[in-house]
Formats: sequence, structure tokens, C-alpha cells
Amino acid sequence: MAASAKRRRGWRKRLGALARFTGALVIVGGLYSAFAPSLYAQEAEDNAIDSEVVKGQELYDTSCISCHGDNGEGVEGRGPSLIGIGSGAVEFQVNTGRMPMAAQGAQAPSGEPVFTEEEAEWLGAYIEYLGGGAEVPDDLEILVEDADTAEGGDLYRVNCSSCHGFAGGGGALSSGAHAPDLIGVSDEELYQAMLTGPQNMPVFADNELTPEQKADIIAYVQYIVNDDKDPGGVFDLGRFGPSTEGLAIFLVGISALLLATLWIAGKS
Amino acid sequence: MKRRNGNADSLMTKAGGELDDRFKLARPARVLMNKVFPDHWSFLLGEIALFSFILLLLTGTFLALFFEPSMAHTTYEGSYVPLQGVGMSKAYESTLDISFEVRGGLIMRQMHHWATLLFMASMLVHMMRIFFTGAFRAPRETNWLIGILMFWVAFFEGFFGYSLPDDGLSGTGLRIMEGMTASIPFIGPWASAALFGGPFPGDSVISMIYIFHVFLFPLILLALITVHVGLVFAQKHTQWPGPGRTEHNVVGFRMFPNYVMKQVGFMLFIWGVVAAMAGLFQINPVWLFGPYEASVVSSGSQPDFYVMYLDGLIRLFPAWEFRMAPYFTLAPVFWPGIVGMGLSVLLPLLYPAIERRFTKDRGHHNLLQRPRDVPARTGVGVMVIVFWLIGVVSGGNDVFAETFDISLNAMTWGGRIGIVVLPILSYYLTYRICLGLQQHDREVLAHGLETGILMRDPDGRFYEVHQPLAEPDEHGHTELEYSGAPVPKKMNRVGALPPTDKGFFKSIEEPSDNGGTSRDEIEAGHK
Repeated sequence: MAASAKRRRGWRKRLGALARFTGALVIVGGLYSAFAPSLYAQEAEDNAIDSEVVKGQELYDTSCISCHGDNGEGVEGRGPSLIGIGSGAVEFQVNTGRMPMAAQGAQAPSGEPVFTEEEAEWLGAYIEYLGGGAEVPDDLEILVEDADTAEGGDLYRVNCSSCHGFAGGGGALSSGAHAPDLIGVSDEELYQAMLTGPQNMPVFADNELTPEQKADIIAYVQYIVNDDKDPGGVFDLGRFGPSTEGLAIFLVGISALLLATLWIAGKS
Repeated sequence: MKRRNGNADSLMTKAGGELDDRFKLARPARVLMNKVFPDHWSFLLGEIALFSFILLLLTGTFLALFFEPSMAHTTYEGSYVPLQGVGMSKAYESTLDISFEVRGGLIMRQMHHWATLLFMASMLVHMMRIFFTGAFRAPRETNWLIGILMFWVAFFEGFFGYSLPDDGLSGTGLRIMEGMTASIPFIGPWASAALFGGPFPGDSVISMIYIFHVFLFPLILLALITVHVGLVFAQKHTQWPGPGRTEHNVVGFRMFPNYVMKQVGFMLFIWGVVAAMAGLFQINPVWLFGPYEASVVSSGSQPDFYVMYLDGLIRLFPAWEFRMAPYFTLAPVFWPGIVGMGLSVLLPLLYPAIERRFTKDRGHHNLLQRPRDVPARTGVGVMVIVFWLIGVVSGGNDVFAETFDISLNAMTWGGRIGIVVLPILSYYLTYRICLGLQQHDREVLAHGLETGILMRDPDGRFYEVHQPLAEPDEHGHTELEYSGAPVPKKMNRVGALPPTDKGFFKSIEEPSDNGGTSRDEIEAGHK
């Protein structure tokens, strides 16, 4: 009796251990299965981006690596680190032809882009993969549509005009650097530039200018550059202000009247 | 209906008689109408200033009807979209209204501004003519002084007008002027506070300079112009030396009908040029500049061109600050701004006296001098022009740097070195060029004109045949006195060949009757 009871206790004990073990397995397995699918799913998505990152890395290794370093960490005296600058900055620099830079200088000039927009996206993906960074909101179009032009004008005059000028014509900075004109710049590029501060431009992060305020500025810039039809005349004299006006009064006004004096004094 | 007898002539005579009976007009009118003026294109430059001033009065009156010289705050609700709902002063709002709501307001504003630039530019060109020809010498020093004063009154008149709209650009200009005023030792801060009614920008400066701009300064200008032109009448106009012209006569055309016709035509032409420029070229687009806020300074901010050289001097001057702590600090802007402007007023005023001190020439002069005959004065004039031009370019050095891809720092240093070196260099070069031109005149007087005919002696020597201007002595030299008058340099100037074609749009050359060979026949003969 005692032996059987002992045996039975041992059997029950083993059964209990099995049950606990099974229970633990179920919990662990349950937990695992609760979290594992999302991990698997993300990995599946990562595979799709991976190909962009890989393509981006290939371009990077042939065109950017000499100045920005093996892993975008930058090269002393040649190019800054790209860790954490985000894809917006990459796409702005590449799509406006500023990067890759032909030669070191005061500032990379804009020009014909070397890469297609798709390739710029790959490069952006690679840099994004290296360290993330700020991005242009997807609903920029809607933001600009709802923007307040007058509010944008106020913001533009305070934040932008000291370099880009009242009329967006650009201006000189020190030592050969310059703020480019804003004629023919797309909404997205304007946003990217404000967000990432390319070349000598300061960064206007979202805590300085909210996305709505950036959209206001974009709306104002596009208005004065595209919609303001220069009501004052056929020629806007480059919107340079008094310097070209002074040139015009001598080249046009005084010249015409000097010819008139020759004509009048000649007719005696 | 009864037909009137008599013709227009007798009617005029009758009307003239009636007027003379009442107002005693005949004698002064005769003097005026028979007044003789010498004819030369360079004598018409001052008229450009006079007629653009009249146009300024006319367009300015129109603008004053709609402009509101008040710094009171308001919110824009006009038709220019990017400023709707923006807070601004009433002065700026009314300027926008003149541009966008008032019928013909924009063209009037632009004509007023272009006429101002023309007024200032023509005064400079006129001043250069007077200077380089020595027309400021006795007895006309007073008129030179009045002219210089008028330029500076107009300078401030223009600056005030530029400041009135209270836009972003003009406010920046006012700020610089405030800085200059405040830099004057001891009285500076008080003067600035008095001008702006407290700290900049205050709320009264626009209404104050409005009265200066539309009343006080135009009145001073009008008075000075009256004296200026009156003195030209009283002292008679100067003339170039030439055949029949002496220090004691005036050779030219009568006021009526020649000169009156020319002047009226010229006035309308000037107004036409201003109107055309106002229609074609956009000037001072204040709506792009926004309302003035003390925190906003745009890149590429320049004053109008006549103020720009001062701006340039300020930009070039090193940042040398003199301190006598704790009592006294002299800001660097004092030297180019206040001392520079002071010298720009003073030195031209004193120039006739300075020159007389060097030349010891106290005689009366009614004949002009050619620039080449007074190399030192011409050199000084060119020196001033070069200095002024470097100042103007430096005033716009950021626009230059941006447009032509030059480093702004290079522009500044180029200007600093250039403004010291180039005027001296240009004085020397001008002096030598003047002597060279004189030398050539003397050579022609001594040896005659170059004919372009090359001869060869039996011994092989080549020489060019010269046409003496008078009977030569046995060495082939002529004893002609150098008198500062133009010397003929080409054969056709002495009548040896037909004159060069004078047609402007089409040839008005007539066949000469010397020997019956026309140009066509000569050319046909060569074929």
C-alpha cells in the first residue's frame, strides 16, 4: 500500500512536472508566436527595402565614398558625416546636381543632376539605413494647398530674406558662398532645403518652423516667383533693386537724352 | 452772321498793344526774346534737370493726393494677395493702394521715381560739364555754389521721398541714416532721438519727413533754381572759343523763336523718355519688400544710386572704433558717413577758391576751356569720378558678387585697395593724355594736316605730305598761336574734300560742284 502510494505519488509528481513543463512551453510558445509573426513580417518588408539599400550602397561606393567615407562617417577635410541626415537631404543635394561635387570649393553649385530621381531615392534609402533622419511629410501637397500666403510672407521676410533677398533672387554670403535664387525650385526641394539646411543654409527644424509654417513659406515663395507678374513694367530689371535702376537711368535715360541734345543742338 | 474784318496779325498786334498799355510788357519781353544763347549739345544738360524737376512737381502732386503720411497701424485688406491680413503702417498701405487701386497710380509712382533718378543723374552730368570746361570760374562762382547746394538739397529730398513708403527696403535705409546720425560725437544720440521722436523707428518720422519732402525742400529747390537760372540770364551763358567768339560777346541764337522751340521740344522729349521708362521698367516694387520691421534686413539692400557711393564708403571702411572708456565711443560709421558726406559737400563748394589759389587767375572768363588745356583740373575731375564709381560699385558689392560669381570678401578688399590706388593712377593717366592731345594740336598748328599722301624722294626717303594751315616759312613751319580752340585734324574739315556725310538715317550728301565729278562718277571711274 505504501509502496503503491509512493509509486502513485511519484507518477502524479511526474505528471505534474509534465503539465507544468507543457504549460511553460505553451506560455513561451504563445508569447513567441505572439511576437514572432510581426518580426517575420517586418523582415519580409526589410527584404524589399534591402534591395534599394543595396543599390544605393553600390552607387554610394562608386560616387560618394571618396569624400564621405566607407560607411558615411565622413572624411576629415573632404566631406561631412552623413549619419542621421536623412533621405530628404540626400535627395535635395543629388536632384539639384549639387552632389556629387566636382571639386572642393566655397559651396557646391547647383546644376544638371548626375543621377536620376530613382537613383537618388536609392542613395537616400542607403543613407536612411545608416542612421535615419528628418523626412519630408507625405502630405506636403495638401499642406501647401491649405497654406496662408500672407503668413508665409511674414515668415519669409524674417527667416529667409536676409540671404535670399526680398524677391527670392538670392544673395552673396562671405568668402564666395552665396544663397541661390529661388526661381524654378519645386515645393519638395524648398521643403527639403528648409528641413536639412544644405550647404551654407541653416537648418529650420520642425521646432523652429512647423511643417505648416514651412508650407506657408513655400506658398509665398512660389507666389512671388511665379504669380507676381511684375505689374510695374515689361522688364523687372532682374529685381535687383536700386543697383540696376541706377544703371538703367544712365544707360537708357541719360544716353537717350544725350543723343537728343546732339540732335537738337545740331539742328540750327 | 457778321464776318469780322482783319487778319490774325493785326489781332495779335492789337492784343499786344492792349497788354502793354496795362502791364508795360513790351520792353522786358523784347529783351527776353532777343536774348542770345550759344548753341552746343553740352549746354542742354542742365535743362534735363530743370524739366525733370517740373515733372517731379506734377507727378508728386498727383501722388500727394493719395498718400497718407502716417505711421499708425493698420491691417492690409487690398487686392495684393500675399499681404492680405498683414499689419503695416498707413503710409505703406496707401503706397500699395496707389500702386494697385488708384487708377494710373502705379505709372505715376514709377514716373516720379524715374524722374528723380533722371534729375539726380542729369545734375551730375551737368556738374561734370561745368567742372571740366571751367565754367565755374569768375564771375560764375556763385552759380557753382548754388548748383552744389541744389545737388545736396535734392540728395536729401530724394532720400526722404525714398523713405516715405515705409517699406522694408526704405526702412533699412532710414535705419542706416539713424546709425549715422547717432554716430556724431556728443550730439548724435540726441539728434537721432529728436528725429525719430524717441528710439528708432518711433511713430513720427514719416509725417515729419513728409513735410520736408513735399513742402520745405521743394520750396528751397525752387528758390535756388530761380536764382540759378536768373544768374545764367544776368551773367550770360559761357561759350566755346572759336572764330568770332571773344570774352566780351555771345554768339548764338535768339531766345525767340529758336531757343523757345528747342526748349519746348526738349522738355516734351524728356518727359516722353521718363514716361517710356516708367512704362517699360519696373522700379521700386514696394509690394515685394513688405512692411518695414526693424528685425528684417534683406540681402541686396541698396539705396538709390545717388546715395550708393556713401553706402559703399561705409561698406569699405575698416571697423575702427575709437574708445575712451568709459566716457566716449566713436563708431566706425562716423568716418565714412558723417566725415565722408561732410567732405563731399565742402570740397566741391570750395573748389573754385582752391583752384584760384593755385592758378592766381582772377580775371573774368566767358570763354570755356577744353578739358585738355587744363590737365590738372581734368585730372582731379577724373580722380573724383573714379573714386565715386568705386564707391557706387562697392555700395552694390553684394549684388555684384552674386551676379558675377565673385567672392564678397574679394569685392571688399578690391574696393579698399582700388579706392586708394586707382584715383591716383587715373589722375596721372588723365594728365598725360591731356598733354598728348595738346601736343597733337600744336603739331598740326606747326606742321599742318596729315593728308594721307605718301611721297618718295629720289634718294629713297618716304615722307607724308602735310597741308599747312597758313603760309609756311622756309622750313615748312607755320606760326599759328595755340588758343585752346578745336584744331582741324582731317582734310575735309578745311574744305579740301566734301564734308563727311551728315545724314542720320539716310544720306543727305549732295554732289559737290568742284569740277563736276560726283562721288558716283568717281566710283564708276575706278571700276
